Amino acid sequence: MTRYALRVASLAVALGLWQALTSLNVDLWLRFSQFPTVTDVARAFAARLSGPDYWTDLTDSLTRILTGFLLAAVLGVATGVLVARSRLAEDLLGPVLEVIRPIPAIALVPVAILLFPSNEQGIVFITCTAAFFPVLVSTRHAVRALTPMWEEAVRTMGGGRWRILGSVVLPGALPGVFGGLSVGIGVSWICVISAEMISGQYGVGYRTWQDYTVVDYPGVFVGMVTIGVLGWLTSTAVELLGRRLTRWLPRTAYVPGARPPRPARSVKSAPAAPAAASGGPASEEARDEHLV
Amino acid sequence: MSTSSETVGTSPETGVSASKESAPSASSEAVAGPPVRGTRLTLSGASLGRPGAPALDDVGLDIAPGEILTVVGPSGCGKSTLLRTLAGLLSPLAGEITQDGHPLTGPAADRALVFQEDALLPWRTLRANVELPLAIRGVPRSERRDQSQAWLERVGLGTQARQLPHRVSGGQRQRVQLARALAARPRAVLMDEPFGALDAQTRAGMQDLLVEVLHGTGATVVFVTHDVDEALFLGDRVALLGAGGLVAVRDVPHPRDRGAHDHPARVALRRDVLTSLGT
Repeated sequence: MTRYALRVASLAVALGLWQALTSLNVDLWLRFSQFPTVTDVARAFAARLSGPDYWTDLTDSLTRILTGFLLAAVLGVATGVLVARSRLAEDLLGPVLEVIRPIPAIALVPVAILLFPSNEQGIVFITCTAAFFPVLVSTRHAVRALTPMWEEAVRTMGGGRWRILGSVVLPGALPGVFGGLSVGIGVSWICVISAEMISGQYGVGYRTWQDYTVVDYPGVFVGMVTIGVLGWLTSTAVELLGRRLTRWLPRTAYVPGARPPRPARSVKSAPAAPAAASGGPASEEARDEHLV
Repeated sequence: MSTSSETVGTSPETGVSASKESAPSASSEAVAGPPVRGTRLTLSGASLGRPGAPALDDVGLDIAPGEILTVVGPSGCGKSTLLRTLAGLLSPLAGEITQDGHPLTGPAADRALVFQEDALLPWRTLRANVELPLAIRGVPRSERRDQSQAWLERVGLGTQARQLPHRVSGGQRQRVQLARALAARPRAVLMDEPFGALDAQTRAGMQDLLVEVLHGTGATVVFVTHDVDEALFLGDRVALLGAGGLVAVRDVPHPRDRGAHDHPARVALRRDVLTSLGT
């Protein structure tokens, strides 16, 4: 409960500071006098909410990012597993992927315009490319870090390649995959907004840029706040889904800001030898704790 | 592979080897099902290890159906390599390894492997772990559930079936591994220092449990350990591994008899084993 109070307080302080600096027209090197106040933005927000365009923008952006992100998740996991499990796939795909990876997705706008008949598909392509690489890299890493004994155990039970994929590789890599998905959803937002600013029709990014060109600063801030809130909601959704699917991970006692151990549960300390297997994902979980 | 077609459970044969104890009790048979025919594993002139780094040279060993062979030797002498090769996870570098006369071609469900620790899938409950080999064999869901529950009860974990592996102790996890290995009714059980990470008391209890659950299964057992006393307690025969190869194979008097540890023949064998291993 106190944690939620702290979280609300954190947002409230930030808004309060913004309001104070702008309404007092503070002009110390950084010039807040030109800045819209929180109340200006709130008023513009209320006006937008009652208009039809805001919701069209919102659903357009969400459709684009969800399509791009889901495609990236499927392709990224599939390619990551393939590259990690097959030397041939690694040799064939590895160099191409490594050359494309450093190119910022937003620099692919010309490619998207050349390749795709409509802007819509181009934006989805850019979003997908942006999220694809974090998912790919995390999946590849997670699959390679699997405890070899798990696979050997299933092989000695007579399990074949598909059984190993379904019963060992995919579930075992899940904690790492979700690390990649969390990064991916964030990068997706950056790219969908940028792509909309450059080539979109409708969408939160397009609207924000339009407001800027007509010098409607409160409108720009409405866009920014919208992006912030949507980004937070989507990454929280990914995070919660990830936790739900990886509940089997041993919860360790060293989670920063961990609640005191619940006395009701039988207090079994962490497994005798967490080893590399559970150590990696567990510490990753610990790091992710602050995100939600 | 050719041998797996005539495996486990397809024919309820009763040809248990003479080296095993008397007929299984009614209750254990209810869980374990009719005994399987133990498999004969033979190594001849086998060189084992990884290419470029052979751990064992020229190993000749004939493991009889239904016997318990313990393998003892110092750390790093190739005990695990021997076991992993028998499991089919490694191929021999030279020589031949056969199961009932047919060369081994890879891992198969009729040779179960029990690891030292942490071989349970951590995202599966204890029951789901025991069900896995049954699922791979195509046992229908409801039957799987009954069998896995019965096996968990047999190793004393019936009430913890829905726990995740990290919620139970190391000894309990090894019991689950044992249940998982035996649930598929393998013809050979290969055990790689299964109790090596446990404390002494848990260990003695696990040895007794192992003897109890193996009772009447008919499976051939190869049990690797670095503990001479464990090897002498469990084995019908004990194979001594030294640096580079097999040193000797000895018959054990009074196998699996807790009271026999001070029997003169056993004491003499123990001294002999320790001398052979150079400790």
